[in-house]
Amino acid sequence: MTELIGISPQLLFAQVLVGLINGAFYAVLSLGLAVIFGLLNIINFSHGAMYMVGAFCSWLGMQYLGINYWAALILAPVVVGVIGLLIERTLLRRIQHEDHLYSLLLTFGLALMLEGIFVELFGVSGQRYPVPDLLNGGINLGFMFLPIYRAWVVAAAVVVCFTVWYLIERTKLGAYLRAGTENQALVQAFGINVPMMRNLTYGFGVGLAAFAGVLAAPIYSVAPHMGSSIIIVVFAVVVIGGMGSVLGAIITGLGLGVIEGLTRVFYAEISNTVIFIVMAIVLLLRPAGLFGRQS
Amino acid sequence: MQSQPKAPLSESDKSYEQLRISDLHAYYGESHVLHGIDLQVRRGEMVTLLGRNGAGRTTTIRSIMGLVDRRSGSIVVNGTETVHMSPHRIARLGIGYCPEERGIFASLSAEENLNLPPTLRSGGMSLEEIYELFPNLKDRRKSQGSKLSGGEQQMLAIARILRTGANFLLLDEITEGLAPVIVEALGRVVRLLKERGYTVVMAEQSFAFAGPLADRHYVIEHGQVVECVEAHELDSKRDLLESYLSV
Ligand SMILES: Nc1ncnc2c1ncn2[C@@H]1O[C@H](COP(=O)(O)OP(=O)(O)O)[C@@H](O)[C@H]1O
Ligand SMILES: [Mg+2]
Repeated sequence: MTELIGISPQLLFAQVLVGLINGAFYAVLSLGLAVIFGLLNIINFSHGAMYMVGAFCSWLGMQYLGINYWAALILAPVVVGVIGLLIERTLLRRIQHEDHLYSLLLTFGLALMLEGIFVELFGVSGQRYPVPDLLNGGINLGFMFLPIYRAWVVAAAVVVCFTVWYLIERTKLGAYLRAGTENQALVQAFGINVPMMRNLTYGFGVGLAAFAGVLAAPIYSVAPHMGSSIIIVVFAVVVIGGMGSVLGAIITGLGLGVIEGLTRVFYAEISNTVIFIVMAIVLLLRPAGLFGRQS
Repeated sequence: MQSQPKAPLSESDKSYEQLRISDLHAYYGESHVLHGIDLQVRRGEMVTLLGRNGAGRTTTIRSIMGLVDRRSGSIVVNGTETVHMSPHRIARLGIGYCPEERGIFASLSAEENLNLPPTLRSGGMSLEEIYELFPNLKDRRKSQGSKLSGGEQQMLAIARILRTGANFLLLDEITEGLAPVIVEALGRVVRLLKERGYTVVMAEQSFAFAGPLADRHYVIEHGQVVECVEAHELDSKRDLLESYLSV
């Protein structure tokens, strides 16, 4: 293949891949945020911190307990999920009838505390996490070199996203969740234990963030601030996709990752801000987001 | 699980107290809406709560379900005191609730709405029975809740609580704002419920709809029961009732 408007295809594909990887993280993280926002009406500012704790869980597990990557992929979300259950049960539930701002501040405060604790314990610099043996190396596709681990991240994220989408849109459990998003009191008046459902949803949402953290560990270094740097972009993704829309979160996450990657090729100067530019445009044209229900 | 109601309905059960409300006070935030409601409903009875708009009928029904901010007094359902219970535990005593605003979930299809409420007891109607009773719903089962007409939404709101096996139904102004032909159809449904031995509490504006079927009417005004009219007194007290309910 020759040059395309003065840009080498190698560079183009490489950036699309980087975009897809970032997009995979955006998708999984914004999916968890969307699910939590949908049912609990909480803008979970500690989502980035949970992603970071998930990454640290896998690193600590490997370092001190000899737990390998594959086990961490299951265990870290479970551990963080349980932390989420406790946070919801002991803190968030107390302020569920208060204004949005309270839960926003509370989760923001939690994020700062978690980051502070990890900085105190491990310093600000990152810890390296090796790529698991099975996923080492890469494939030469002819037009580009594809590292296997990166392909795995995109595939794993896509599978998880669509599994969650299926659960929510196509099952009875998901119907409770969707109905609860609209009218919790009525769902509870039908005999469903809504407080427990909120609790499990929060745990599940932050568990998803931890899953993304484990996926991220071998790519980015495991560092206390890894969450706060990605979460701002993820919030923009959620706003663009439409608050609380599951499909919106997934598609927007992946799409914006790719847009970001392409921007790096064609106009690198704005690659760090392009998502916010898109956000501004979307908010002007469709205030409820691309997939949100316009009221 | 809570203690289940005893055997199915028989003649001897007619005196079984399905609901006893004593000195019920209810509040939304700071506003005190019910001021000491007393009423009782025996198994298999159909009872109406009559009153003008704002009298407190909806609040009474929502209080039974535990859906007000605060309540005090006593609400005994099937022998269980529920005034401190959460809504989902109250529902599990076998209560089906049809809210005034119908509460059809817009993002769910008609059939998902129908299947949403979990089974509370055995003996609920099957999907076939329900579609036989409400043929429109069968044609519309794939439609989104938000796309249904007012009448269809009302049918669906009733249908979905009949599936659950609930034997005690709270129906809040089911005829409000509906065309006469739909009101007629709902009348047939309510008659069937009565024949099948359901216990029903209905909020209504007037006794026109449920008058001929109900065993008793409670007139509510300013959050209190101001008059209780038994079915056989309906004719003699008609003028009194009219004066309470006229606007
Ligand atoms: N959510 C609420 N918050 C505050 N006041 C309410 C609320 N709902 C109803 N009320 C008040 O409670 C009173 C009784 O209302 P309601 O039970 O809906 O009456 P009805 O069903 O008989 O028309 C009215 O004065 C109404 O304004
Ligand atoms: Mg009312």
